[in-house]
Amino acid sequence: MRAFLAFILSLLGLGLLALYASAFIVHQNEQALVLRFGNPQQVITTPGLKWKVPFIDTVDYFDKRILDLDTTEQEVSAADQQRLIVDAYARYRITDPLKFYQNIRSEERVRSVVGPLIESEIRRVLGSSTLQEIVKDKREMLMKQIAVQVNKEGRDYGLEVVDVRIKRADLPQENLVKVFDRMKADRVREATELRAQGEAENNRIRANADREVTIIKAEATRKSDTIRGEGEGNRARIFSEAFGRDEEFFRFYRSMQAYETSLKAGDTRMLLSPDSAFFRYFQDPLGGAPARPPQPPR
Amino acid sequence: MPWSNQGGGKKGSGGGNGGGPWGQGGGQGGGQGGNQPPDLDEILRRGQDRMKRVMRGGGGSGGGGGGFEGGVPKPFMFLIGMLMLAGVAFYGFFFRVNPDEQGIVLRFGKFDRWEPAGLHFRWPYPFEEVRLPKVTQQRTIEVGAGGSGRGGTGGPDSGLMLTGDGSVVDVRFVVFWRISPDTDAKTGETGVEQYLFNIAQPETTVKEVAESAMREVVGQSALQPLLTGGRQKAQEDVQRLMQQILDFYRAGIKIDQVQLREVDPPAPVIASFRDVAAAGQDKERFIKEAQTYADQITPRAKGEADRIVAGAEGYRDQTVAEATGQASRYLKVYEEYKKAPDVTRERLFLEMQERVLSGTDKIILDQKNGSSQGVVPFLPLDQLQKRKTEGGQP
Repeated sequence: MRAFLAFILSLLGLGLLALYASAFIVHQNEQALVLRFGNPQQVITTPGLKWKVPFIDTVDYFDKRILDLDTTEQEVSAADQQRLIVDAYARYRITDPLKFYQNIRSEERVRSVVGPLIESEIRRVLGSSTLQEIVKDKREMLMKQIAVQVNKEGRDYGLEVVDVRIKRADLPQENLVKVFDRMKADRVREATELRAQGEAENNRIRANADREVTIIKAEATRKSDTIRGEGEGNRARIFSEAFGRDEEFFRFYRSMQAYETSLKAGDTRMLLSPDSAFFRYFQDPLGGAPARPPQPPR
Repeated sequence: MPWSNQGGGKKGSGGGNGGGPWGQGGGQGGGQGGNQPPDLDEILRRGQDRMKRVMRGGGGSGGGGGGFEGGVPKPFMFLIGMLMLAGVAFYGFFFRVNPDEQGIVLRFGKFDRWEPAGLHFRWPYPFEEVRLPKVTQQRTIEVGAGGSGRGGTGGPDSGLMLTGDGSVVDVRFVVFWRISPDTDAKTGETGVEQYLFNIAQPETTVKEVAESAMREVVGQSALQPLLTGGRQKAQEDVQRLMQQILDFYRAGIKIDQVQLREVDPPAPVIASFRDVAAAGQDKERFIKEAQTYADQITPRAKGEADRIVAGAEGYRDQTVAEATGQASRYLKVYEEYKKAPDVTRERLFLEMQERVLSGTDKIILDQKNGSSQGVVPFLPLDQLQKRKTEGGQP
């Protein structure tokens, strides 16, 4: 009874072991290759619980996701003899586990097998383009071209190369120095130009201001002269209106005024003759002597 | 081992004895307590003693039972074992989804169901597995930080990039990304599914895509816009390009933002760039100075002009007023003169003579003597002059 129980139990254990050995799980992100003594039997691309012959079949798992492949940095010579340091990456997917197993066997070896392929393709494609095209004009197109070609070659290895992109395409150190020098020269020129512009503008503004001042002053002088002329004209009109009524009296009256203002007190010395009109009654109360104007001042 | 003993005992005594050990514990435990196997520690034993004492009250009547040796600790071992089993089972059968996570249950490795935040049931491994990606977490990747850009040389993570006009610029930027909450319109896969099952090394992918995209955008642009106003556009362009590439990979990654931290000329040329900025300021200063000069002299000239005009106006008014005054004075005199011309004429003449002669030095010479001819040439004018000045200055 006891022995029977033990037998049953061991049978159950063996059964469990067999079950364990014949079932395997393929994850959502995996695919599997079933090998019988190293001979490929079955490719499994759907996830779930799968079966195999226990102890005879072995399973190799491969990632189904998009995988990363970083190439080594390399110096590439562009069509215009410019040298560039190019670093690219590829994204690939294992699409045919059998081919992949036969050619590359494990993901670790992808880099050493496909990496050089990509690198040489980069050299080929970029080598026939100019620096300008690589950096600016055709970058996208060149990368596509590389990806398409690498993808074609990758198919033999059971790979789908989803994308190849240039991470860096930069100048090597010695060229960089040259670029720096040129940039510096450009900046110096720019700075000089800016300062010159400033000075020119400064001069222009000053000259304009000076001109404006001259104009303002000239205009003021013109106005002033007009106004003064107006005043003088009015004066002449007023005088001629007033004095024009009796020219003879005007001459007399004006002479009287002129004598008085010009022969001012203090600085005039007069040499008079007693015969002058002023002295008419001086010696003769009847004033017989004819009137004579006074001597002109000395 | 204790519970295997227990299991054995159970088997031996049969299913009906399930409640037995408790009763036995009550009756016989007291004496045997000291002979416990040494693998139980002091605390446990004391706890058992206390339990026994409690049990004794209830179990006194049920004294008759089998399995004396080791019968007392068995129930407690069983209890502890059950508890531990329960704990293991709990962790094996349940899992927790935090609010920032999303639970994904895989049955035999195959996607089975979603679980939101909370406590959920699952079958233990190997039947079911759980993935808990942090779906709401924003992640950042900094690019160009390891750049030896400061030293001006290119390194593996350098921020130095070629611009479209053949210059070099040093760029440091940060990418903010997260697992996409959107569903791919083409395949119907959610962002999380893509993120988990479609792309290996998402971090590396984002970083490499970022570098590639940034260099592509920088390569399209000239240097100057990048340093000045074009940063916003560059950020948006890089974000758009990255998203485009990642969508093409079906990576289930959403780029929230690309932020340019530093966009500088390379270190060896930065001084000349600063000089350009200084030159720009010099230019402004020159212009400002000239404007100040202009602002100074123009109003002054205007003031001067106003003064000149005002002076002229004053002169005009004065002239006219004087003329009017003189004219009216003359006219007044003339009115009178017309009434008595001779007398007025004589009066005016005499008054003039009076006023003139009263203020002047006078020398009267009688020429009728005929001596005047001789006298006039010898008149000592100098002395007359001197005397006058001496008299004038006491």
